[in-house]
Amino acid sequence: MSILTRWHPLRDMRQEMRHLRREMDRAFGRWGFELPEWPVVMVAYPPVNLWEDDDFVYAEAELPGLKLQDLEISVTGNDQLTLKGHRERSAPDKVEWHRQERSFGAFERVLTLPVGVDPARVEARLENGVLTVKMAKSETAKPRKILVTTA
Amino acid sequence: MAEPNASATKEPSAGTAPEPTRGGTYFTPRIDIYESAEEVVLLCDMPGVRPQDLDIRFDQGKLSLHGKVKARQAPVQYLLDEYGVGDFYRSFTIGPEVDAGKISAECRDGVLIVHLPRSEKVKPKRIAVKAG
Repeated sequence: MSILTRWHPLRDMRQEMRHLRREMDRAFGRWGFELPEWPVVMVAYPPVNLWEDDDFVYAEAELPGLKLQDLEISVTGNDQLTLKGHRERSAPDKVEWHRQERSFGAFERVLTLPVGVDPARVEARLENGVLTVKMAKSETAKPRKILVTTA
Repeated sequence: MAEPNASATKEPSAGTAPEPTRGGTYFTPRIDIYESAEEVVLLCDMPGVRPQDLDIRFDQGKLSLHGKVKARQAPVQYLLDEYGVGDFYRSFTIGPEVDAGKISAECRDGVLIVHLPRSEKVKPKRIAVKAG
């Protein structure tokens, strides 16, 4: 348990905004696109969730309909994660469309990771349209346990 | 709060119906619908849903799609938190031109595809005209 934490007013505010937005999405639909008056702040695609444990940083994105070969995942420097891909609409010709809500086309997203990772130790999995990238933290970024010795 | 499927209430003629009251919160999945001479096809993005997590029902002209999504990891403090994870639900009113007994569904890579074949009696038929 940490008692002393750094105060991040901006980060805390963004977190609160995201929680509010999530509640709104739950109430009105996943992306809020049914409500034009709601500001759609999603400028980057795909949306990404990022978390960490002591040894790894995990990035997760929802990419339904994609296969791993449609994706290009790379880590450059030691903190830039790039997700690049293309999603093709597949439907027979000469059909009448009633709804087209799903998005298609090329995308590229570059994320700056909050901690350094080892580009050689990155694993990606794509299961049922959910991409998970597991990146091993570089040694310097890992938390260190301080041994206390009695005098 | 407004009812979850806000778009459906705006366009009742487009073939959807508002969501019934259910316990818990659900995400409205994005869908495409197209129609050919033989069938109506519904494509639905449900990332994280496996075929066994789907509950598709057709009851009294209403097709409901429910995709269950389990938490993918223990609750964590996100460093970046751009989308929520939870069940998907959406329902549609299906006209009598669909042969309810022949509705089929497949789910692959987080995309659900529902085939709604037209019943034989409403399929367009070509009438041969004989000379003489």
